[in-house]
Amino acid sequence: MSAVPETADVVVVGGGIVGCAIARALAGTNLSVTLLEARADIGDGTSKANTAILHTGFDATPETLESRLVARGYELLGEYATQTGIPVERTGALLVAWTDEEVDALPGLKDKAERNGYHACEIVDSAEVYRRVPNLGPGVLAGLTVPDESIICTWTTNLALATDAVARGTRLLCDTRVTGVVVGAKHTTLHTTRGDVHCRWVINAAGLGSDYLDAEFGNHRFTVTPRRGELLVFDKLTRPMVPVIVLAVPSSRGKGVLVSPTIYGNVMVGPTSENLEDRTATGTSEEGFDFLVSKGRALMPSLFDDEVTATYAGLRAATEHSDYLIDVDATSRYVLVGSIRSTGLTSGMAIAEYVTELFDSADVDVTPRADLPAPPTMPNLGEHVGLRPYQDARRIAGDAEYGRIVCFCERVTAGEIRDAFASPVPPCDLDGLRRRTRVMNGRCQGFYCGAHTRALLDAQSGRQ
Amino acid sequence: MIGTHVAVAIVGGGPSGLTAAAAMAEQIDAEILVVEREAETGGIPRHSDHLGYGIRDLKRFISGPAYAKRLTNMARDAGATLETEAMVTGWAGDRALQITSPRGVRTVTADAVVLATGARERPRPARLVPGDRPDGVYTTGQLQNLVHVHHAKVGSRAVIVGAELVSWSAVLTLRESGCATAAMVSAYPRAEAYAAFRIPGRLLMDGPVLTRSRVVEIRGKGRVRAVVVENIDTGARETIDCDTVVFTGDWIPDHELARAGGLDMDAATRGPLVDASLRTSRAGVFAVGNLLHPVDTADGAALDGRHVAGVVCRWLRQRDEPAKAVRIRPAEPLRWVAPQLISPGAGAAPRGDLLFWVDEFRRLPKLRAVQDGRTLATTRTPWPAAPGRVYRAPWSLVADADPNGGEVTVSLV
Repeated sequence: MSAVPETADVVVVGGGIVGCAIARALAGTNLSVTLLEARADIGDGTSKANTAILHTGFDATPETLESRLVARGYELLGEYATQTGIPVERTGALLVAWTDEEVDALPGLKDKAERNGYHACEIVDSAEVYRRVPNLGPGVLAGLTVPDESIICTWTTNLALATDAVARGTRLLCDTRVTGVVVGAKHTTLHTTRGDVHCRWVINAAGLGSDYLDAEFGNHRFTVTPRRGELLVFDKLTRPMVPVIVLAVPSSRGKGVLVSPTIYGNVMVGPTSENLEDRTATGTSEEGFDFLVSKGRALMPSLFDDEVTATYAGLRAATEHSDYLIDVDATSRYVLVGSIRSTGLTSGMAIAEYVTELFDSADVDVTPRADLPAPPTMPNLGEHVGLRPYQDARRIAGDAEYGRIVCFCERVTAGEIRDAFASPVPPCDLDGLRRRTRVMNGRCQGFYCGAHTRALLDAQSGRQ
Repeated sequence: MIGTHVAVAIVGGGPSGLTAAAAMAEQIDAEILVVEREAETGGIPRHSDHLGYGIRDLKRFISGPAYAKRLTNMARDAGATLETEAMVTGWAGDRALQITSPRGVRTVTADAVVLATGARERPRPARLVPGDRPDGVYTTGQLQNLVHVHHAKVGSRAVIVGAELVSWSAVLTLRESGCATAAMVSAYPRAEAYAAFRIPGRLLMDGPVLTRSRVVEIRGKGRVRAVVVENIDTGARETIDCDTVVFTGDWIPDHELARAGGLDMDAATRGPLVDASLRTSRAGVFAVGNLLHPVDTADGAALDGRHVAGVVCRWLRQRDEPAKAVRIRPAEPLRWVAPQLISPGAGAAPRGDLLFWVDEFRRLPKLRAVQDGRTLATTRTPWPAAPGRVYRAPWSLVADADPNGGEVTVSLV
């Protein structure tokens, strides 16, 4: 590759799904792109802890930018997942009505879905709901099907987009937090924790920090309110109880929780929804657990006969705006991509496409390059999507390390861990390794493999 | 080359699996295969580098690693095949196992399968302890693996959750790695486990045993900084500074394979239902060790292995199907019982013991077994029943049950 230019055409701030998708898209043109991530790894903020659903957008507010981009993103990411091996399971979803009020809301939701361009929803009676999900608790009155809602691996999505962006020439700088911005006549200088970075355009995809960065450009358009969502993840043995995503009907009882299969073969219950001030408050709480246990027990009592494998909390970058806030300031050569909240996983690639179009309108040359590398092939973290290495006789015959299981619960092999370290965007810590391989994410939480995994990580750190 | 058909496949190379293998290999001339997913056989004792192993089965008093080595040698010397780094990932038939190892993916069929998959401690998420999610939170298993096998450094000041036998083992391990124990937190009104372990254990601690207490929050970004402990009776909370938290005990069997195979399970132990011959609900499939009774000491698990060997050898000769069985039900505060089934011809349970887990301390426990309104037997034991460790009663308590009668209820009176 040629020498890194002193001044990048574009700096994207934020290595979450939205930032990585934008970097990847613009790196597919003749623009030089630098991607800045404040944390040590990509995808370590809002993008790592969501409900991992590939949304059709059936319940978005019609006529909004979010509605349009979620629907478009659903198509783009679905296709990209097929190309790259991001695991997706087309499970479908079922909204379940437990009260008369919720039953009465179903026709309106079906209508709303149609106004969002989604026409496959059907209202079904309680017998049909129980036929599809026999383990639901008593009291179901009716349901609404959303056959195309799907589950996806959010970690692999983020990593695929970052890997692709890097393959296309993006310079990725982690541990690089923007501390100040100086907009000049032709160039912008970003002061960062690792020195100055120069560029022509800045794209703000900073998620939880996006309002601070926006203020650096002299704007006071919005405030990010971190909205904490806590989730319980149940043992894999519960997976057959939840064949589809079970959604709550919005009602005066407040927002309910969902019960969803995960792409790793577990079941999750959540999220809570709690507005906070601390943008680092990713801890779980007693109140959150009490809420999830009481809601979850009513939804599906049998789940609680089994074990909770993991609990986690994520922060959504909510703002006072009800729609996405995507805006180009051609004078300052600055693009805000804010208020993406919780749908960025699905819409990220469509947002990137939209930003590219905005660049085109601002007379930036975004002609696609002819010499693009093929999209990356990602390791399969899906439990029910094709073979995992431990199941793959041919692969093990070629390389015994794929038969050496390190993490027994998740059946992660030494070969996969080795590959993660050797990948273009390698992990730098245990959590990064977990997101790339699932190691230690299982029911024993490291009882068996914790020490071995740490030794592998330490050996890797020693080598670097 | 390891065969694709064996007489007996034993899943798990810990004390119970190895002991079963050694005993069977001595009794029959046929291939006995032990499938162990870790790099070495021996199971959990490999990580417990202190004395106290081998008392009842080997009549010795040796360290965990020495015990693991001895059991491994006994199985190997008797002629069993020990295959390590090999994980049974599922079933391919009633007695056919799918196995992944660096040597490949293969199916092994067996005339008899013995499940000896053991138990693990419930980690923090399964106990729903909220708060931050920093480094420095372990189970005893992970801690001992780190310290004894990988010689890694842990912290300098730990809080131990639980006061079971294994909790004192964690104190010893922490001590060895230079980490002080600031407190031990237990929901029970008194510290559990044997006085023999408790008294020297206390001398090694730098803080109190907080009974009737629970951890309600972990604090710390990056690394553990403190835990918040609540008194269950008063609701009073205190913050204890520490950089390490060890979740000990609160065992759950590694029952995934048993459940994946559709074996009848016991909701209380969460292991498979077995009769005194350690037969599961599937003919030719047996279960031993702490998969059945989470958890007994290693020597107790090992003696299951010795017990099952004769039963398996008889199955290989006669293919005797288990007859209709009578269920034993424990009444509170007895949490579980093992074995749970009385079947004709199965004889007495291993060691002649009926095993229980209790939720309340009784200094001089008296037990009664009742079937269809008739008292079968009552018995007293001179030893106490204490939470946090297995309580043994004589199998004779239920031995006279009518095989055609109803369930047998055992209660503390």
